[in-house]
Amino acid sequence: MKHLRWCALAVLFATALVFPAMANMVPQRTVLDNGLVLLTSQQRALPMVSIELLIEAGSRFELANQAGLANLTAKLLTYGTRRRSATEISEALDFIGASLTTGGGKDVASVSLTLLKKDLVTGLELLAEILTESIFPQEEIDRQKQAVIAAIRAREEDPGAVAETTFAAALFPKSPYGRPVEGTEPSVKSLERKSLQEFFAQHYLPNRAIMSVVGDVAEQEIAKALNQALKGWTQGAQSSQPSVPAVIGAPQWVRVNKDLTQSNIVLGHQGVARGNPDYYAIQVMNYILGGGGFSSRAMDSIRNERGLAYSVYCYFSAEKSHGTFQFVMQTKNETALEAIRIAKEEIRRIREQPVSEQELRDAKDYLIGSFPLRLDTNRKVASFLAQVEYYQLGLDYPERYADLIGKVSREDVQRVAKQYLHPEKLITVVVGNLQRLGATP
Amino acid sequence: MPRFRLGLAAVLISMLSALTSVDAAQVEEFTLENGLKVLLLEDHKSPAVTFQVWYRVGARNEKDGKSGLAHFLEHMMFKGTPTTGPEEYSRIIAKNGGRSNAFTSSDVTVYFATMSRDKIGIEIELEADRMANALLGETYFEAEKKVIQEERRLRTEDNPASALGEVASAVAFTIHPYRRPVVGWMQDIENLTRQDLVDFYKLYYVPNNAFVVVIGDFSTAEILPKIKSAFGKIPRRPEPPKVSSTEPEQRGERSVILKKEAQLPFILAFYHAPNLKSPDSFALDLLSVVLAGGRSSRLYHDLVYQQRLVRGVDADYSAVSIDPTGLSIYAQLLPGIEPPTVGREIDRLLEKAKSELISERELQKAKNQIEAAFIFAQDSIFGQAMKIGYYEAVGGWRQMNEYLDGIKKVSREDIQRVARQYLSADRRTLGTLIPIKENSP
Repeated sequence: MKHLRWCALAVLFATALVFPAMANMVPQRTVLDNGLVLLTSQQRALPMVSIELLIEAGSRFELANQAGLANLTAKLLTYGTRRRSATEISEALDFIGASLTTGGGKDVASVSLTLLKKDLVTGLELLAEILTESIFPQEEIDRQKQAVIAAIRAREEDPGAVAETTFAAALFPKSPYGRPVEGTEPSVKSLERKSLQEFFAQHYLPNRAIMSVVGDVAEQEIAKALNQALKGWTQGAQSSQPSVPAVIGAPQWVRVNKDLTQSNIVLGHQGVARGNPDYYAIQVMNYILGGGGFSSRAMDSIRNERGLAYSVYCYFSAEKSHGTFQFVMQTKNETALEAIRIAKEEIRRIREQPVSEQELRDAKDYLIGSFPLRLDTNRKVASFLAQVEYYQLGLDYPERYADLIGKVSREDVQRVAKQYLHPEKLITVVVGNLQRLGATP
Repeated sequence: MPRFRLGLAAVLISMLSALTSVDAAQVEEFTLENGLKVLLLEDHKSPAVTFQVWYRVGARNEKDGKSGLAHFLEHMMFKGTPTTGPEEYSRIIAKNGGRSNAFTSSDVTVYFATMSRDKIGIEIELEADRMANALLGETYFEAEKKVIQEERRLRTEDNPASALGEVASAVAFTIHPYRRPVVGWMQDIENLTRQDLVDFYKLYYVPNNAFVVVIGDFSTAEILPKIKSAFGKIPRRPEPPKVSSTEPEQRGERSVILKKEAQLPFILAFYHAPNLKSPDSFALDLLSVVLAGGRSSRLYHDLVYQQRLVRGVDADYSAVSIDPTGLSIYAQLLPGIEPPTVGREIDRLLEKAKSELISERELQKAKNQIEAAFIFAQDSIFGQAMKIGYYEAVGGWRQMNEYLDGIKKVSREDIQRVARQYLSADRRTLGTLIPIKENSP
């Protein structure tokens, strides 16, 4: 058992901070015959290849009474094609020591494949098969429904996850962005095979997808191999652009009672879309407020000064159409209200007073300087390139990044703090032992 | 791979046990006059350097009543020296574009930062400074104690699977310090004093009880003089006391039940087994892959896929530990399934591995999985540094050289033999989490 000095959710941080890039990744972009956008970066140090595929087939494309459909469809991809059973797929992958995972998000579904270079042909055949010949056997649907329902129950054991889903539901009621991608037990039970087949046919299309390939393979070689392997994957209707959630939840307290020693707290409200021109100033501001680990004000006042929490951080998560701001911490039930009060004070302070020159410089130096470190593996670069394309940042984004951050001023920081932080609009979620909390507003 | 994990600790442990990646011939070893060993590996595939200081001390070195001491000290190592203010270390690293952290395990305490080549000298100076001059300031002691208690609540007390692991370890080991949780028991943490930390620091944080691992984009000719100049002036001190505790052979099954608010039952079976000092460790590694490596593995295919009894199943074998630990099997049950049913089915599958040889193809598949994972692991310089460090702490980094050869030589008969020898009920501790609702607030 290892105990890290500090542990924020790495996944959240990856989306919260901006995308930097490796200086030596020299990415190339091409469009395949079937319309699939392909990004490649040849890295010859190791005989391995990482592939990431994003498809506009997330839960926002499902109807409210079909909650969980997109996630279940993504899960079923590796459970049966016209040529191979689920067991044969597992056996083939394990025999070459490859990893192939699929998952459903709110906007996109993703497929990730990592394998040895010598197995690339085998891997591409399998990838093509699941994208074009998945058959969704009823027996496998039943299995995965059971697994998803168990996952929904298991999530209830994770207080942080409960706080997060509770927050999303309160902020975006009546929107797919407010629902967990897994759906609910009754909605998952009621999903039919026909709906999965239709969802797959309608959304899993090359012109709605982005593929990145990073590793020991040349751009021309992989493009040729993919044109061959994916020739049966043909274009269809383009996807619609995501729309902003129509209803935004009012400021409120949401309390979930559980027999826990700590209260898991999320304070938050609406954020910004990824394309917002203030995105970079917001990242600098958020670093100072609570994104910057031990360099942040939140860590200083809540952890170091008062010993109230082990993990405390905040982040702006930005999607294509919308975003959220979340301030996250856990503290023993008895000090929950005190921690919330201090968090709110810090949010107010960064709005009302300019940050110091030193804080600004440190934040910018970290964001720019750590630029290459956050993409130090092939897997991370593959994911980064797909995101750069999805958010239309341009392949020169890595070169522009230092400038985007560098030009943020103290005035910008205070301006975006005033514009995008709203203490009066905060939704406060507390998951914990409420009897020990004391009187809440 | 569609396997679930207990968390970071499990991921790291399995990564370390299942794979070794470094071509050890390239590691260069130097020892300073004060006894500090330096291990250097140049790797120029990404523009960063990882610098780690490993102290040969962890929870294993604590005395009864003082559990959590090694981990508490790790936290307090960030509270400054005469030349660096409290929490300033993290700020200095961050504003120089680096990422830093630290962790404590049963065997070791490790401090590390990853930075660009031109900045890594800053980290070298700061680590040398706190090896000799940490203040462990009284002013910060009480607040940090609260932080650690929050960490314990977050990771153990409010996490059912982790809480089960803690109580099962306390039963599986009767004498050996591996029975104690690294974070410490709550009451022990409460009772620790600053003087305990000071004594522990003086005893164990000496150059002759530490070593340095550096991997990445640097030149040995450039970095070695920097390390010598920063660390070389710290005097050698008396050798710290050795731990000489041997866990007596277990003679008869042990069982432990934890009742806690949770959604799904969880079971774990821990079998005492040797560490990498035994030639059987290679066969045990392969056995754990045959049992639960990937969707086609025996336990996964049978319990998750065919019988649908569990949500996920895993087998972890930790070879890289100073004293022997063991092989653990974990499973989270599907709703409505009873723990004894799953226990019986796991037994049946283990019996099969004892009574029949695995197939040639199964053996080849497991070896392929280990070999592929071996290559994939080299993708991350941080992961490589961790592996070199663990091997060095346990038996010397040169043992990494022997790993793949050792794996290649394992026969089907070896796997059957170690299954018979080590997976017996008499050597086992069975832990069961039973979800309850009565204590709900």
